[in-house]
Amino acid sequence: MVAADWPGVDPEWSREIEVSSTSDADGRGAVRRWHLLDNGAQLSRRGLAPAGTLLCVHGNPTWSYLWRTLLAAGSDPAHPWRVVAVDQLDMGFSERTGRFRRLADRINDLGDLTAALGLGGPVVTVGHDWGGVISLGWALAHQEQLAGLVLTNTAVHQPPGSRIPPALRLALHPAVHRWGTTTSDAFLRVTHSLAHPPLAADVRGAFMAPYRGAGRRAGVGNFVADIPADASHPSFPALGRVAEGLGGLGVPALMLWGPRDPIFSDRYLKDLIGRLPHAKVHRFEGAGHLVSEDRDIATPVFEWLSEHDRDSGPGLQRMDALRDGPSLEVRAGPLDPGTGPAPLWAPLTEAANGPAGGDTAVAEMAADGRAARSLSWQELERSIAALAAGLQEAGVRHGSRVSLMVPPGVDLTVVLYACLRLGAVVVVADAGLGTRGLSRAVKGATPDFLIGIDKALAAASVLGWPGRRISVRELPAARRRLLAVETSLAVLANRGELLSGQTPPLPVPDPHAPAAVLFTSGSTGPAKGVLYTHRQLAAMRDTLAATLGIRPGARLVAGFAPFALLGPALGAVSVTPAMDVTAPGTLTARALADAAAAIDATVVFASPAALRNVLATQGGLRRAGHEALGRVELLLSAGAPVPESLLAQVQRLLPLASLHTPYGMTEVLPATDISLEQIRAAGADAAAGTVAGAGNGVCVGRPVHGTRVAVIPLAADGTAPGNDPVSEPGVTGEILVSAPHMKEAYDRLWLTQRESVRTAGWHRTGDVGHFDAAGRLWVEGRLAHVVTAPGAVITPVGAEQAIERLAGIGLAAVVGVGPPGTQAVVAIVDTVPPARRAGPAAPQLAGRVRETARQAGVSVSAVLVVPSQPTDIRHNAKIDRTRLARWASAVLAGGRPGTP
Amino acid sequence: MRVLVTGASGLLGRVVARLLVHQGHSVTTFQRRPADVDGAADLPGSVTDEDAVRRAVAGAEGVIHLAAKVSFTGRAVEFDEVNVEGTRRLLRVAREAGVRDLVFVSSPSVANSGAAIAGLGAEPADPARAHGHYSRTKAEAELLALAADSPDFRVAAVRPHIVWGPGDTQLVERVLERARRGRLPLLDAGAALIDTTYVDNAASAIVAGLHRMEHIHGRALVVSNGEPRPVGELLAGICAAAAVPAPSWTVPGRLARAAGSVVEKIWTRAGREGEPPMTRFLAEQLSTAHWFDQRGTRELLDWTPAVSLDEGLARLAEHYGTYQRPLRGLGWQTGQV
Repeated sequence: MVAADWPGVDPEWSREIEVSSTSDADGRGAVRRWHLLDNGAQLSRRGLAPAGTLLCVHGNPTWSYLWRTLLAAGSDPAHPWRVVAVDQLDMGFSERTGRFRRLADRINDLGDLTAALGLGGPVVTVGHDWGGVISLGWALAHQEQLAGLVLTNTAVHQPPGSRIPPALRLALHPAVHRWGTTTSDAFLRVTHSLAHPPLAADVRGAFMAPYRGAGRRAGVGNFVADIPADASHPSFPALGRVAEGLGGLGVPALMLWGPRDPIFSDRYLKDLIGRLPHAKVHRFEGAGHLVSEDRDIATPVFEWLSEHDRDSGPGLQRMDALRDGPSLEVRAGPLDPGTGPAPLWAPLTEAANGPAGGDTAVAEMAADGRAARSLSWQELERSIAALAAGLQEAGVRHGSRVSLMVPPGVDLTVVLYACLRLGAVVVVADAGLGTRGLSRAVKGATPDFLIGIDKALAAASVLGWPGRRISVRELPAARRRLLAVETSLAVLANRGELLSGQTPPLPVPDPHAPAAVLFTSGSTGPAKGVLYTHRQLAAMRDTLAATLGIRPGARLVAGFAPFALLGPALGAVSVTPAMDVTAPGTLTARALADAAAAIDATVVFASPAALRNVLATQGGLRRAGHEALGRVELLLSAGAPVPESLLAQVQRLLPLASLHTPYGMTEVLPATDISLEQIRAAGADAAAGTVAGAGNGVCVGRPVHGTRVAVIPLAADGTAPGNDPVSEPGVTGEILVSAPHMKEAYDRLWLTQRESVRTAGWHRTGDVGHFDAAGRLWVEGRLAHVVTAPGAVITPVGAEQAIERLAGIGLAAVVGVGPPGTQAVVAIVDTVPPARRAGPAAPQLAGRVRETARQAGVSVSAVLVVPSQPTDIRHNAKIDRTRLARWASAVLAGGRPGTP
Repeated sequence: MRVLVTGASGLLGRVVARLLVHQGHSVTTFQRRPADVDGAADLPGSVTDEDAVRRAVAGAEGVIHLAAKVSFTGRAVEFDEVNVEGTRRLLRVAREAGVRDLVFVSSPSVANSGAAIAGLGAEPADPARAHGHYSRTKAEAELLALAADSPDFRVAAVRPHIVWGPGDTQLVERVLERARRGRLPLLDAGAALIDTTYVDNAASAIVAGLHRMEHIHGRALVVSNGEPRPVGELLAGICAAAAVPAPSWTVPGRLARAAGSVVEKIWTRAGREGEPPMTRFLAEQLSTAHWFDQRGTRELLDWTPAVSLDEGLARLAEHYGTYQRPLRGLGWQTGQV
């Protein structure tokens, strides 16, 4: 008998059972001894009726210990589930059979076991690693009682022509295999080392426990040898049956994934999503192969189970209700064309067919001040149609993911609209995420195609980004081979021209189908992919048009990518100024004026960083440039807060323009809008104290057309636990937005998505703020940055603004150190001129900052100075308060200042 | 109420005794040297002398026990004799004499192993981990005191953190003396966040404890101003209050020092003869974060500090403006850290 003394395991769960084997690997009448962790007896002893059974299958070289958190959660009286976690034969504490067990044997073994256990009622299978395949094999053979699938870092299919991961190739190599997996414990140790953070010593010991001694490790080696590396392998047919059968399993599925896995990388997740498109998927960024060790998977698994419990009736049969079909989210059908927004490109087509179809639609500027390229509406329409045909021939389909790494301009416009017309999903990750963030984003989104300029293709080669590669321009053959580029947009466009007339017209994609994945800036944790449908993109266009009055015929300078791409969809003439788009701070006044002059622009989109540089370089403007800018009617600057002082300077440069700074986020673009006049009025109201709630934050104005904004009030602990949005003046809370143009979902972040729509019909922004009596929204910071001092919940922005008004201070950040509820408030400032190194502020400066904060209602304990504030790459404006708080905690504990 | 105050010749004990007199209580003071508190009966004597203790306790309803050996010189046995055995003796005699309430004035150092403390409450006293004879013996004494708590004889421990004020010889005078001699080095890295207790606040909290025994008996409470500051700024504030030039804030050089090394230097560099030997202890207290969760304390005592840090510094300035030469040598034995 096994002495069950492993951390996290109730000894009562450990049991053994004799099972008659029917597997080919065993002779007739063979009986095998299995070890399991099973909470069934415990549940019945406590009088708890389980809702069903989780059948958990480990991979190689772990054992049932991997599932201990599920056993503990299943034993919770709040949601009793029987959890049967098996040790496969030759593995864990089960019998060493001395036979080579292949995949088909192992699937059959598991069936023998569940038959011997008399496992009745609904079963949800749970698998990891190669245990995932075996659990799915069991699922296919027991569909009458199958109620759901949970998969963690596993794979069912090796795409033809691709090789298995290098780590496995090494383990399979004849020179390494026996020694690495059986003779030594190297394979075990390497696997255990994949945990992030590292496993605790006692947990590592428990994982190693059943595999001490080469004689107990034969199963580990055989498991590796049974990996079907190619079609000639004896287990290849069994794997193929599982892979092919999967699509027919109409049960709910949950996939929890650790992307830092050298074996079961995102490409296998993508394959599984293709087979189980209805699955809920959550990628735990930063977690790896042992995802159940790296993160809490029990909570999401049981939340997922209970979600399905709620959907169906009570009793043991309730999971059966799930088997009726995969459509767990009931969707409305395609919109009635009469009521839904027109397709994104409708105004473009209209313009091409209209009287002005020969006029310029898109242009991009060269550094010499002339238009480098331009297309008329008709040319644009034709180019898009041709490229779409070419892309289709190259394999881009409805639903294909296409990563676009092309700078704003004519090429991007054409390829973007070509992909959307095909129903492909464009993945738009920008260099503003930083190389690491960008790489993580692209890998997580697993594009099927990557269309990029040279630089992007080179990065794709070096960093191993997925997707078939297409260059913008045709490359020399050697370079093409080096970068593994298949073809180019130039070639595809020509090909498409030839095909025109031969291909049937493209059907209009379902408005509810995904159209784009955009990425958050990553200033608050790893960048998140945000999924938009066609309908939501069209709604974004209509919101912009209605809010800002941009109508067909408008002429806009597109210095800010997200909105710039909507130009043709708005029926507006768009010109891209000459600038390094990866660095918005490189837009010069001259380049802006040249672009404006080229199309006689009425509208300018530019980020705050770009505007700063425009102001800094306005000395280089000639009279014609001033005149061109003087004709601009509307300027829109978004992406980060735009200080009034900056806008005031911009106003002098664009005297006729109405200056607008919308507030929004990647998930809702835009949510509110405010003009310079309105900012001034709000500031005057705050100073006069005549309007209740005016002040303490950045005024971002009123909700844009068709949009609702409300707050969930903050509790004393600095969270927003409630579910009832309010909009009373002066009530601070988490800001919620509801709009037709808000995101469909976070991409492959099921848990994050659930949290963000916890209040039904609303997107929880994670920002905090309040309304004033005039209905204006004031943003006070991020929910995660709220400081809880004794008796006070403090939002950072109000005090920060007050401190930033002091002479000699640049940017200020207010953070908390110490335990929630009794935090000490710390103000961190950068100064003009900058401090040489970080540390406590001199007493006089500290005194001034403290007094200013006190007048803003905040008691500051410590004032620290940094040479410059850490800000995000994309906007160079959002201060990383979380990082500053960590740094301040260390410094104020008595540590070395270093740099934040 | 008839109240006995032990250790009333020290900075804190004296203010406690005066506050009790001011509140109209009948106060007796008991320590080795005369306490000189107007309106209180003074009974000089030592807690090591059982007869003297018995005489002092006679007739008292409440006791506030501050007397302790605070020095860092001396052998362990001397600390044990005064701090542990003296407390044991006082507890026994007081209970026998029918005293109803006893407030044991303790120190947060009884629960401090030397690690930074950021926003914690009153952790249990731990003689095994406390640093130095003073903290170890105070920890033992606090455990004795809290163990003696019963419905008939209510005992609580109040731990004021770094008490200072006009007449303080430990923090204030030490800093000023270094600064006057130009030996207060390099404050620029002194970033450890330190909470302190202005003496009047410590006294009012202790007296509040005596009035709130039904809520606090059996417990230990940390008391502070609840206004943590970076230690460099705190020391600079003290210098400014006494009009002593503080050293330059910014120093050349690339070395950014941890607060610890700076404060170590303040107290351990060669000083004058007869250096009062609290150095290392205070250095430790000031080189890592020491600030506390005051929410429970304030609620249980129904008390808030009346004198803010800034107000305390103003009073300090007034004190040094009035007295060119500050008082020296006041009761080492009874001060609280």
